[in-house]
Amino acid sequence: MEPLVTLKATAAPLRLANVNTDQLFPARFIKKPRAVGYAQYLFHDIRRNDASELDQNFSLNQARFSDAKVIVASANFGSGSSREGAVYALYDAGFRALFAPSFGEIFASNCLKNGILTATLDQPTIDAIQSLLLSSDDASVIVDINSETLTLPSGESISLTLDPFQKHCLINGLNEIDLSLEFHDAISAFEATYRQQYPWISS
Amino acid sequence: MSATLFEKIWTNHVVTDRDDESLIYVDRVLLQENSFHAFDKIRREQRSVRNPAQAFAFSDHYVPTRNRELGLGGITDPEIRNMVELIASDTDAYGIELFGIGHDYQGILHVVGPEYGITQPGLVIAGADSHTSTHGALGAYAFGIGSSEVAHVLATQTLWRSKPRTLQITVTGERQPGVSSKDLILYLIRTIGSGGAVGYAVEYTGDTIEQLSIEARMTVCNMSIEAGARAGLIAPDEKTFDYMRGKPLIPTGSAWDQAMQHWQTLKTDDQATFDRDVRIDATAIVPQVTWGTNPEMVVDVTGTIPDPAKENDLERRARMERALEYMGLQPDQSIQSIPLDRVFIGSCTNSRLEDLRIAARVMDGQTCRLPTMIVPGSEQVKRAAEAEGLHQIFENAGAEWLAPGCSMCVAINGDKLGPGERAASTSNRNFEGRQGQGGRTHLVSPAMAAAAAITGQFDNISNYSEARSWNL
Repeated sequence: MEPLVTLKATAAPLRLANVNTDQLFPARFIKKPRAVGYAQYLFHDIRRNDASELDQNFSLNQARFSDAKVIVASANFGSGSSREGAVYALYDAGFRALFAPSFGEIFASNCLKNGILTATLDQPTIDAIQSLLLSSDDASVIVDINSETLTLPSGESISLTLDPFQKHCLINGLNEIDLSLEFHDAISAFEATYRQQYPWISS
Repeated sequence: MSATLFEKIWTNHVVTDRDDESLIYVDRVLLQENSFHAFDKIRREQRSVRNPAQAFAFSDHYVPTRNRELGLGGITDPEIRNMVELIASDTDAYGIELFGIGHDYQGILHVVGPEYGITQPGLVIAGADSHTSTHGALGAYAFGIGSSEVAHVLATQTLWRSKPRTLQITVTGERQPGVSSKDLILYLIRTIGSGGAVGYAVEYTGDTIEQLSIEARMTVCNMSIEAGARAGLIAPDEKTFDYMRGKPLIPTGSAWDQAMQHWQTLKTDDQATFDRDVRIDATAIVPQVTWGTNPEMVVDVTGTIPDPAKENDLERRARMERALEYMGLQPDQSIQSIPLDRVFIGSCTNSRLEDLRIAARVMDGQTCRLPTMIVPGSEQVKRAAEAEGLHQIFENAGAEWLAPGCSMCVAINGDKLGPGERAASTSNRNFEGRQGQGGRTHLVSPAMAAAAAITGQFDNISNYSEARSWNL
């Protein structure tokens, strides 16, 4: 996994609550192999109008957000299914940090496994940042994982509260399986006792 | 020290703690065709699968519901066929049991898990599907995970988790005729919102929940994820134990007695408290219908489409307007006046034998006005329904009786709504495009869907004189 320490990038506002994984990555594309690149499927249906053209009202279609690596989203972002393709699509499209008042929890967990930061900010803060990004010419922000800050185009710095484990994984670009295998002996010891105590479960 | 049901299961599975996270032992991992990314990761990183016997795989999302007797040859789309073949080759390579086409227990993972005895009280079950919360109906801590975490479980038999907060949802009072567990959970999501349970492991309690059958409880736990919950649990009771007895993986003899000693401790202690409590009065609930593109957009069958102009929260108003536009509906339109095009009875929410029995009672001797698909949740459900003659009732009414799978709930096996087509569906998600690009979904109970098939619109089934005799 690619480490994420600091990120200076364009942030795109996405003012739509309850964006679900079907909207992020429609189910009919799940069967595609990752090698084809999932960026083409990101927001595939909701970024298009009835004539299948890119809708210029959808912020991520606008030229000024075309190189965005950050999304400032609305509440319950990534709700719905467990499909990790939704995260692969974001990753393949270059996104590395997401901010919202809340996230679908399976989605947030999937983001971490792929080196994408999910950080929650309260609703008024998100509203203010979205408004700022929509109204200002400069939409570049700085995300600093070490200092747990998000610096806005205005220069204002907002402090983030990151889970220490999430922070550790992101900064070091850790593969979580390697990390967990360090606990191999503890897992084996637990398993042996557990199987003795509840023999019917594994027999 | 007193503890809730969830806390007891959690404590029992902690291997080690670090910061805010615990390494949790996973008893069972459930896979489906979309798990191919997990196997790719295992291969790419040259990992081995720690305990293949604790993994169970299912062909359900992509299997065809028609021409099943042709096996793989019945799948014309090469990409879809590839998905069904991949899960077979991946599970074969790692020695994992597959409930695939032709297996006596093939079916939707959340239907087969309980009926095969994979699901048991007190287990931690992780599944490659968000509706894994279903298994909580038997008193398990069960939740959906993405492909990376599936690979993590396969390699380590564990997962890192922060401990959820606990939420007790107490449902009390006698339900009105025709009101099913689907109506209970839709009403609950409407009440607390689609993000209303984010961060929480939910335990459902109260006399209304106790009164529900095990299959009806599965419907409630299944849709917990639609309120954002990390899990939904119901404490095991005599009904649970009766349900499990005799299932293939359920212990017998002295092992059963030993298991029972453990299972009977799996309930929330009298003195235990939850981080949050919600109370629901079941007597007030009538059959529910979703009108929008999120499972919280729900109204009574006797109600009307809400008017966004009356919503003061501008963000919420915009969401309502967008939903109405997608759904092709007008404010204040009565629910019972909406003309429907199709009916789908199936999915991990409502495709079990009891669901089909109720649908059959509504359709018995009637004729469907709408094209109606009935997709049993598993091969076992299909056989049991046929043994009772339910398939004849459906076919005589003009409905299609199909082979088991996820089918049009997630619409990736070829079964889907066309653009603009409007369906009454017993599934779990009414998201934009969920049942086919441009398709319009109204989520309802099986009885409501069956009635819609007959009348062509939503009917208040509580008024049916026979509704009192339905075993809901």
